[in-house]
Amino acid sequence: MVPAAELRSYYDRPVIKAPVWTWEIPWYFFVGGLAGASAVLAAGARIAGQGRLARSARLAAGAATVVSPALLVADLGRPARFHHMLRVFKPTSPMSMGTWVLTTFGPAAVGSAALAELRWLPGLQRVAEGVAAALGPGMATYTAVLFADTAVPVWHEARRDLPAVFAGSAAASAGALAAITTPPRHAGPARRLTLLGSALELGAAEVMRHRLGDLGEPYEQGDAGRFARASRLLTAAGGMLVALAGRRGRLPAAVGGTLVLAGSVCQRWAVYRAGFASAADPRYVVGQQRARLRARAGAPG
Amino acid sequence: MTAAVDVPEGRRTLPLAAPGYEPPQPRMAFFTDTTVCIGCKACEVACKEWNDIPETPFAWTGESYDNTSALGANTWRHVAFIEQRLPQITREAQEGRFAAPGDERVDLAGVGTSGLAGDPGAGSPGDVGSPAGGDIRWLMSSDVCKHCTTAACLDVCPTGALFKTEFATVVVQPDVCNGCGYCVPACPYGVIDRRPDDGRVWKCTLCYDRLKVGAEPACAKACPTDSINVGTLEAMTTMARERLDEVVAAGVPGAQLYGEPGGNGHGVDGTGALFLLLDDPEVYGLPPDPIATTKHLPSMWRAAAVAGGLLLAAVAAACTGGRR
Repeated sequence: MVPAAELRSYYDRPVIKAPVWTWEIPWYFFVGGLAGASAVLAAGARIAGQGRLARSARLAAGAATVVSPALLVADLGRPARFHHMLRVFKPTSPMSMGTWVLTTFGPAAVGSAALAELRWLPGLQRVAEGVAAALGPGMATYTAVLFADTAVPVWHEARRDLPAVFAGSAAASAGALAAITTPPRHAGPARRLTLLGSALELGAAEVMRHRLGDLGEPYEQGDAGRFARASRLLTAAGGMLVALAGRRGRLPAAVGGTLVLAGSVCQRWAVYRAGFASAADPRYVVGQQRARLRARAGAPG
Repeated sequence: MTAAVDVPEGRRTLPLAAPGYEPPQPRMAFFTDTTVCIGCKACEVACKEWNDIPETPFAWTGESYDNTSALGANTWRHVAFIEQRLPQITREAQEGRFAAPGDERVDLAGVGTSGLAGDPGAGSPGDVGSPAGGDIRWLMSSDVCKHCTTAACLDVCPTGALFKTEFATVVVQPDVCNGCGYCVPACPYGVIDRRPDDGRVWKCTLCYDRLKVGAEPACAKACPTDSINVGTLEAMTTMARERLDEVVAAGVPGAQLYGEPGGNGHGVDGTGALFLLLDDPEVYGLPPDPIATTKHLPSMWRAAAVAGGLLLAAVAAACTGGRR
């Protein structure tokens, strides 16, 4: 960090406001990511002829989708006015875009699961499954843009890497849940997705912290640091367990999958808490802006 | 620090910033001249009275004469209070004994950026003309919403509750806001905030109701020293520049304008609230280089598209891999 002595502030008070969001938001980021990636896995498994796995993923996507809006509405200051989001379509607002992604994805994912279970309207079910799979990546990554599009330094300066962290985390969690809920002999793709997703999550988070440099300090300290360390351990251990022992039986798959899911939850909590720490300390806000001014002054033209 | 130079990305400009756009009426703005602020807080009181803002729980900060501390949902004007010890050089310059008038500008310009926290013990007590190493000065400044040209709070608002008025000010519609809270961390100045008991966000409206009937905002009306001025942005910019020249010529150290589109307001394309400061912005709790982060949305969505592609690729690879 820039030496504190060189940075000036107004009685060390924050320059920007910390978010007013509460616990629902990191949990929604996890559940929404799980829903999105599960919908993609459902379509992929069906195309690959893995009917049993497709069913697990479809049900996971549908269930997670039911929880998502409840979490979002609960976090509003005026929950009864949640539908005010639906009066505008606003490309400059990632939350507005996310609202419309969720509003389209939700009925598709839930409808796809319900129709498949009831064996009704197979044509419509396929359409719903396709829509959910097409919007799944959006569900998993728009939340990263939502965080990045704020004045919080540790989020905004990670804008190139945060979506990959969330996409990896979502893929790992979808694979892990499917590996838990599917008999091992049908769960090969789920185990591979767990491994690939975990690798992407761990790698992208590492790149993000490296590129943040001194601004990434919150990921090493306090709550955010604890969540970040826990996430790394849980994801790495769970991913290995699922990949190496997952096909031998349901117990190793269940234990490994649970670790990966926990790692994915901790990942979102790490990012969420890091944002609060970053907003609260004027050193991050002023230091980063002073560095930017120096770079601009030094740049030709 | 890895921060690179921020290059504005291609973005459809809002009509306000677009060339050739003729607004229906002139843009209105504040100019807060902190050099004449006496820290009386009449603006804070007048604002609360006129806008019927709930009381703020009172607590002594124990830091200074400022017990309001920051702008918030229930504080739309906030008077900052700073006590500084001036280095000896400044005192002598002020008294005209140090440099010729032509040199003052150069000498004094450096004071603001190099810091004024001069060592109080630098001058020994015996030094003639430098009692205890310099004078004390008080900086007072009434902070307010900046009513940015490119307002991040407005850009990210998913309900349309935040809007640009015909005066080009940024206002929240309380009957539309559903308290999603996105504008709160989006504001680069930490202005807008949510009322916990009410659930909605609130901030300065530049007295929209008063402007509509041709009255000046309550804070400006109450200001006894005309530190707070209101008028068209053009008039306020002219007034601010003229006052800056005056202040610099008088030898006041560290004077600088805050909020001009060509200066430190460039990240928000200029503000509708200009300030004449006597030290660096961060000393007053203001960001030195604020930006509306929505300017970077294209690159953020590109990164999301790449990440979404990676997710698809991972699922495809997992589903087509060998049977295990």
